[in-house]
This record gives sequence, C-alpha cells and structure tokens, in this order.
Amino acid sequence: MLAIACIKQVPDTTQVQIDPVTNTLIRDGIPFIINPYDAHALEESLRLKDSHGFKAVALSMGPPNAEATLRKAIALGVDRAVLLSDRVFGGADTLSTSNVLSAAIKKLSESDEIGIVFCGKQTIDGDTAQVGPGIAVRLGFSQLTLVDRILAIDTEAKTIRVRRKLEGRYEIVEARLPAMITVVRELNRPRYPTVPMRLRSVNGELEVWGNSELKLDTATVGLKGSPTCVSRIFSPERTKGEILGDGMGDPIGAAHLLLDRLIGGDLLAV
Amino acid sequence: MEKQTKVKKPRGRARLIAGKCIACGARCQSTCPVNCIDMSEQGEPIVLEEKCIGCVKCVKACPGSALEIVFTPEEQAILATLSGPAEPEVDEEELERQRLIASYSGVWVFIEQTEGEPARVSWELSGSGRGLADTLGVPLSAVIIGHDVGHLADEAFRYGADQVYIIDQEVYARYRTEAYLEAMCYLIEKYRPEIVLMGATGMGRDLAGAVATRVKTGLTADCTGLDIDARRNLMQTRPAFGGNIMATILCERCRPQMATVRPHVMPLPERKELKPGKVIVETLPLNEADIFTRVLEIIKDKGGKDKVDVAGAEFIVSGGRGLMAKENFYLLEELAEEVGGVVGGSRSAVDAGWLPPERQVGQTGKTVRPKIYIACGISGAIQHLVGMQDSDVIIAINRDREAPIFEVATFGIVGDLFQVVPALTSKLREMKRARAH
Repeated sequence: MLAIACIKQVPDTTQVQIDPVTNTLIRDGIPFIINPYDAHALEESLRLKDSHGFKAVALSMGPPNAEATLRKAIALGVDRAVLLSDRVFGGADTLSTSNVLSAAIKKLSESDEIGIVFCGKQTIDGDTAQVGPGIAVRLGFSQLTLVDRILAIDTEAKTIRVRRKLEGRYEIVEARLPAMITVVRELNRPRYPTVPMRLRSVNGELEVWGNSELKLDTATVGLKGSPTCVSRIFSPERTKGEILGDGMGDPIGAAHLLLDRLIGGDLLAV
Repeated sequence: MEKQTKVKKPRGRARLIAGKCIACGARCQSTCPVNCIDMSEQGEPIVLEEKCIGCVKCVKACPGSALEIVFTPEEQAILATLSGPAEPEVDEEELERQRLIASYSGVWVFIEQTEGEPARVSWELSGSGRGLADTLGVPLSAVIIGHDVGHLADEAFRYGADQVYIIDQEVYARYRTEAYLEAMCYLIEKYRPEIVLMGATGMGRDLAGAVATRVKTGLTADCTGLDIDARRNLMQTRPAFGGNIMATILCERCRPQMATVRPHVMPLPERKELKPGKVIVETLPLNEADIFTRVLEIIKDKGGKDKVDVAGAEFIVSGGRGLMAKENFYLLEELAEEVGGVVGGSRSAVDAGWLPPERQVGQTGKTVRPKIYIACGISGAIQHLVGMQDSDVIIAINRDREAPIFEVATFGIVGDLFQVVPALTSKLREMKRARAH
C-alpha cells in the first residue's frame, strides 16, 4: 500500500523583499525550499513506511529545478520520487494542479494500491489549501484536512481514525481508505537525512513524468485549464502615520502625547 | 517582372521588460504555441526571438505586464504604411462564455455552523455579500446546511440576506465533506448563483476546495477585498507571495465565482431588526450508509491553559523580539489590563516560547482587527503586518525609526518600550484615579 506525499518547492517567502524604487519583487538569491507543511506530510509517509510497511512515494509538480526538492525526499528515504514536469503544466491554478497530481496518483495506482495521500495544509507561496481537497474529490478519496494526529490505521478493514484541529475545537473522525490527508505542523517532527542516505540520493532514481505519460487533455492542465487568472498585481497600500514627540529624549512626554490623541480623538475612553 | 504581393502585416517579437517578471510559474511558456520560451533558473522567460511569431499570447497571459511586443525599424515602417483599421473578429467562444455567465445570478454566503452555533465570519461575509449583491442588482442568499438549524435563517435575515436556502436533515448534523459537498453542489447546480462566498476557516476551506473541484470552477482563497468590475466579474484581491504583494484575481470564464475570506478581515455588519424574506427548503436524500466518514467526537478546545481570544479582542497589546525576555511581558499585561485588552505577539515571540501559539498574530497565526493594536518592540515583518494591518488604530513603539511597523502605524513613538509602555500604564492609572475622585 502506498503512502504518497505531495510536496511543492516554493521560494522562501520570508526572504522575499520589495524593491522600494520599482515596486517589484527582489527574487535574486531567494532560496527555494520544500514547503514547510509538506515536510510534515513527507515525514508522515516515511513514518507509515516504518510502522505499517507502506511504500513511501514523494510526488511533486513543478519546473525541472524542483528535482532538488525530490532529491531531498530520496535522501530521507522515500521508495519512489516522481517529478511531474511539462511546459503544458505551467501557469496552473489549484484546479489544474489537482488535475495533474490526481492523474499521477491514478497512474501510481496501476502497480500499487493507494492507502493515503498526504499534503501540507497549505503552501507558503500560494496559501490556498485547495489542492488537497481537489485531489480527494477527483479521486473519490476520503477528505481529512488539518489533521494533527493519526490515532489508528487498519489496513485490513481499510479504515483510519484521525484528529482534526479546527478553530477552538478538535474533531475525532473515522474514515475509509484510501484517504487524502492534509497535515498541520503539530503532527510530527520531520527527520534529518543521514549522510549515507544523502550520498545515495545524488544518484538515486528520480522519475520524471510529462504529459506524454499522463495523457491529459491539454485544455484541462496548466494555464488553459485554470479558471482563475491574475488581472493585476500591486504593492499593498499603506497609509503612513504620524510620529509623536521625542520618544528617545522624552519617553514620558511622548506617551502622554499619545494618550491625548487617543482620548481626544474618542479612540479610547478612560 | 516582379509581381506585387500583398504586404504582410508584421507581428513583431515578444520581449521581456527587465525587472517586471514576478516568476508567476511560467504562464507565458505554457501559452506559447511555437515553444519559443525557455525559463531561467529564477523562473523568468527567455524568448528565443528567431522562433517567436508575435502571436501576443504570452503578453496577454503575463500577470505582471512583463512582456511586450517590439518591432524592428523596418517593421515599423511597414506598419506606418498599413494604417487601415483592423477588421473586428466575431469570437464564438466569447459569445458562448457570455451566454453561460448570463445564466448564473445571485450572491450566496455559506453559513457555517457547528452544532447549531454559527461562525461569526458568516455574518461578516453577509455584510460583504450585501454590498456585492447591491452593486449587481441581485438578491443576497444565505445557504444553511445542517440539522435543527432553522433558527439560523432569522439570523441570516438580520445580517442582510434577502432569502435563505436551507437543507435541514439529520445526515447533515455534523460537518462531513462528503455530505456537505453533495448538498452544496446540488444547490449550486439547481439555482446557479454567480458568486459563492465562504469563510476561510477549517470547515470553509475544506468545503470550498471540494465544491470548486466538483463544479469545475475557480476558487480564490483568503481574499481581503471583494468588488465588482465593469463587466460584472468578481474582483478578488488577496495577498500573494507571503503578503509581499497584492494580487487581484478574476474568474472570467467559469461560474460560480468562488472565494473564501479569513475571519476578522471584513467588518461585522450591524444586526438589524428582523425582516423575514423567502425561505427555500430543500431536501437531498442521502443515505447514512453511503457515507463512510463518521465524526466520533467534537472536543471543545477551551484554549488549554490559555483562555484569551486574541482574534476577537478590541484592544491588543502585542510584543515582539524587542521584549527581550518572557518576564518582560508583564509590562504589556499591565497596559492591556488598563485598556481592557489582551496580550498578543509576533512569531518571534511565540517561537522564543514567550507566548503560547494561540496568541500569535500574523500570517501563520491569527488575523486581528481590533479597535487599537499596540505593537511594542515588533519590527513589522510582512507576515506580521498582513495579520493586523486592518486594525482601526495601530500604535507602534520601537527604537528603530526605520522599522517597517511604522509604515502601517497610525501613531508611532520612536523610543524604548521599557520606558514608554510603563509611562502609558501609569498615566492611565493616574487618569482613572482622578476620575474616581
């Protein structure tokens, strides 16, 4: 039975800066990383390999340089790593992304039974949390989002019991396998690769599938298969405020000035 | 004798405008019909000029307006002689699209509830949906799915709905994707709304992602602004690249247009006097036996040891790295107590273990919009700003005049928080004592 981790290579958005003159993103030298939530998805697939004898597979859609992220997955011990890369997949929104990933999962199911597909709860570049549900619906898998604990897996009866972390509450949910699970950070602590594994990953086998393997209608993938489009990009509007007093030389005076403004402007009542 | 052939209109070549590419993910490359675009390591297009046919597809596809068509001087000379008007094209596809769009009408808000308790974000969305419906001149509908949820219809009317669709059956008592997906898609296919809004909560995102996939339409997550353009499309504005830029997203070709909005991003509208509208009761016979998911238990999380709700607070005093140590947070607690607020913090404060994760404000924490947000010793990384920039009044106290937090602050004090914060607290105490006498 397969435990598939869908992982995405993303720019480290915490390091992205805006050029104040041209108002454009400065991307030079921004490192690419595995989406942090996906690292937990990958870890969970490896744990199921260790504990339940699942076969761990890492799956990623992206440009050819996304190979680097899959090599890291190989170093961590996945049994198979598959990169879905084709120019017709480019410019995809979440609907066409889930189409390509689902087709690849279907192809994987030709040789092995699918147990669980893990995804991070969202990516840090897109922040949509939509690809996981897209996969579940397309494949007819149980959809379990925001899972912070896996309580039980029964590969005979094909059931799984998890805990979902929601706003102000947890839910204990039982569902049928195969399941698509999106994971939160609390689920596990990702492992580090060992040196021998890291060495092996350099030459480890990495499969690359394009649309000649997946045979999808090109109208349903990439930009053509994406119902949403970006019509405008702009810098966030910021209304600059007022600096009050001399906080360094006279902190008490500045504090009093602030309270005068708040109380005078009916913003604060004492 | 050389025969005079008709001069062909030159089409030019595509060219990248330096510095404007946003590395959107190779949209240009995927539209190119002649494979003349390669992508650099940085994700920028490299146009192979000798292959380009000037079809303009990549220029149109680029969200960053980073591609242009250029003509050689010779081509420009030919263009100058060919100044006839271009013949208008009848686009069958475009007409079909317009027919499809015209068949969808109305704005819907999904009313999220857990055991009959509505989520506040549903009413916030009712406020936004009301505005969109008025602009379009269509009704605003609330969609309620659950069991014993009839009381929510009146609440929906109070928050601005013109009509309510309700599916009230035992099988929907607890949220399960399979069941709610069927119910929602059934309603959408039957009544064809043009816009469907849901809260960007655990439940809303779970359902929206599933529904959009099933009905094959576009879905935009975490919108911070919603508006209608001149062609009646929903303009969905959201932060992109971790909040570094804003993007306006359209779903022109498909209906319904679906969007999720995070809690506390839109203001809560006034709860008005009850003016009941039309209630449309639907039933969808789903067999419990056909649903393989069971919610065995719902455990209310009382916040563990921490009962403070940062997201719902009206006054927030927030601390960051500048607090230096966990012990120093008592300074913020004291100030928060005087203004009747709570203490929150930045990601660095939470990562340092100075505050529980529930108190984190920002992109990976909570989005807040209190009346007053006081940021103490917080530099204002973009990830923090996207979580609090909609607060009514933002006060920044920081030693570094160049800190980005001052860019969003209503009032700023450049100074040492260890001096300014106690001064605020003691002055407030003094004023209260004076009033008590």
